[in-house]
Amino acid sequence: MPRDRSWHLESDWLSKLVWPVAALVLLLLFNWLFTPGFFQVEVRCAHLRVPLAEALTTRTVVSHLAEHPGEILTDVHLYGTLIDILNHGAKVMLLALGMTLVIATGGVDLSVGAVMAIAGAVAAQLIHAAGVPFPVVIAAALGISLAAGAWNGMLVGLLRIQPIVATLILMVAGRGVAQLIADGQIITFTDERLVYVGNGHLLGLPFPVAIVAVALAATVVLTRKTAVGLFIESVGDNETATRYSGVNARVVKFMAYVFSGLCAGFAGLVAASNIKCADSNHAGLFLELDAILAVVVGGTALTGGRFYLLGSVAGALLIQALTTTMYMRDVSPDIAPVPKALVIVAVCLLQSETFRKKAAALVGRRPA
Amino acid sequence: MRRRIPAKYIPLAATALVLVALYTAGCLSYPNFASPRVAVDLLGDNAFLGVAAIGATFVILSGGIDLSVGSVVAFTSILIASLVGEHGVHPLPAIAIALAVGAALGSAMGCLIHFYRLPPFLVTLAGMFFARGMGFVVREQSLGIKHAFYVEDIIQNLAIPVSRQVSIPFTAVCFVVVFVAGLYVAHYTRFGRTVYAIGGDEQSARLMGLPIGRTKILIYTCAGLFSALAGVVRTFYMQSGDPASCVGLELDAIAAVVIGGTLLSGRVGFVAGTGMGVLILGLIQTIINFQGNLNTWWTKIVVGLLVLVFILLQNVVAAASGRSGKGG
Repeated sequence: MPRDRSWHLESDWLSKLVWPVAALVLLLLFNWLFTPGFFQVEVRCAHLRVPLAEALTTRTVVSHLAEHPGEILTDVHLYGTLIDILNHGAKVMLLALGMTLVIATGGVDLSVGAVMAIAGAVAAQLIHAAGVPFPVVIAAALGISLAAGAWNGMLVGLLRIQPIVATLILMVAGRGVAQLIADGQIITFTDERLVYVGNGHLLGLPFPVAIVAVALAATVVLTRKTAVGLFIESVGDNETATRYSGVNARVVKFMAYVFSGLCAGFAGLVAASNIKCADSNHAGLFLELDAILAVVVGGTALTGGRFYLLGSVAGALLIQALTTTMYMRDVSPDIAPVPKALVIVAVCLLQSETFRKKAAALVGRRPA
Repeated sequence: MRRRIPAKYIPLAATALVLVALYTAGCLSYPNFASPRVAVDLLGDNAFLGVAAIGATFVILSGGIDLSVGSVVAFTSILIASLVGEHGVHPLPAIAIALAVGAALGSAMGCLIHFYRLPPFLVTLAGMFFARGMGFVVREQSLGIKHAFYVEDIIQNLAIPVSRQVSIPFTAVCFVVVFVAGLYVAHYTRFGRTVYAIGGDEQSARLMGLPIGRTKILIYTCAGLFSALAGVVRTFYMQSGDPASCVGLELDAIAAVVIGGTLLSGRVGFVAGTGMGVLILGLIQTIINFQGNLNTWWTKIVVGLLVLVFILLQNVVAAASGRSGKGG
């Protein structure tokens, strides 16, 4: 085993990606066979509404765009269930990016749902305030999310409070803060730019998907092309040893929570923009659990150490695909948690060493 | 000063102090706050939270966590309401069925946690989703319970009259009984001591020959049972079952446990502290109600701050006792 270590490390992320992707493919296969219309994707631009395959082969859309090249950027829209899964999964994917790094340091961030509510409330309040330019609105919403992350990071990194409790504080108090900011109201808004964040399109895809793509790319580059990822993994693996090798473990932890706060801020903007209002009570409610689930399904262990960003994103997509499938098959949204629970247990069992050994022993014994 | 409070009791003493201070502040600030009615309601209104929090205390003492509390409470409440209202079952067997279902769900989670070494956080998260969904499978809307046992016995015959106006509701009695039972189990039984040992160091506990697996499964079985019992108490209190209720109750339960001086990492804590923690949460709500002009979101902020204060206090205590331990 030790001799295989280098090989093992290199293809590690691939082997971890197998389970969530396999589950996702299985689910899509099920839908391909049993849910009519699941794979239909339609292109809409101006007055045209054509299925994707047709749009690529026939001339109508292409020639239209050749005449109006400016429309490619924001006016071409792709519609369909698959696009919906990407679009609705964006919030959990964003949260899962931050959560992956936090969990990799051996922590957990329960407050992201509440931080989403705070970010949404700030944005919705400021958009109504006269004379505040739009970039300032976004910056303020993201800024307060950074501050919330810094608060968590301070409690965990500097004061060494257990992550579950430390972030529980903001999880409980955060919604109160959001309501305080929103003055207890659900604030609706119609500002086009803010609505675009959650409902607009970029190069055909919904804008939240573009945010996820940029955030994912940035996070991968940040953690895998610099030493940051190594620091995070070593802190999660063995904090004492990391400290002795000269890495400031406290700062690494602190920064992980700050990053998670920032991701929650983006997710909060998307969530508020989606429904064109900031609802402090329900924005991002229990999304922290979905995010943690996505990370674990994606192969990152709750005990910290090695992390898998692509796995987390695949996990988030799996959760969203499951939810969307149930909507399409007329499963009541109230009952939907039951199959979700069963999937959690199944994926956890598949990743459990003990279970695999027992299952292997069982399978191995039978034919002999 | 030989008779100082031992360090491990300091968070408990602080909890008691906060409780007394809050109550005194309430009595001084508002007329009628001191009336026995307020005290009785405090017990009765928070009874289901109290029962759930005592179950959560054992899980947390063992170093685990139970996120399924609120969902199981909702599930069992609608199960009882449906059995009584839609299937004509007498409330007593309905309650027995609900308790059995809660215990079975808890023990299933305990088995997954123990046999396959899955993290309690994820397993009970699955339990939370499962119980929430199953509640809606039983019935999609809330349902009142009109049976004579509920309408007459629980409300009138089983309440203990104190004076002409004030009587102790049966829910409060349930809370007190469960509280005493919890105290007994935690401090006077082999099971209770094993729970503390597992929370301290599972490896050592195993090497000492303690029955780790049995105890762990039993802990989650008990937690499921306590949650189901909280669901039963909630049907007494609300006279109805509702599959959508108690969202996030587990957080209140965990907050009560933490405010009660229990470390979320396990090992250190008291059932008595949890009882007081529940009363503190209830008092905050009562004071905000009495004040009248404060919005409910202040409850959340104050609870969050209290949790913070108690965690910081525990850190200070832990640091202080660690230092004296090394020095001596």
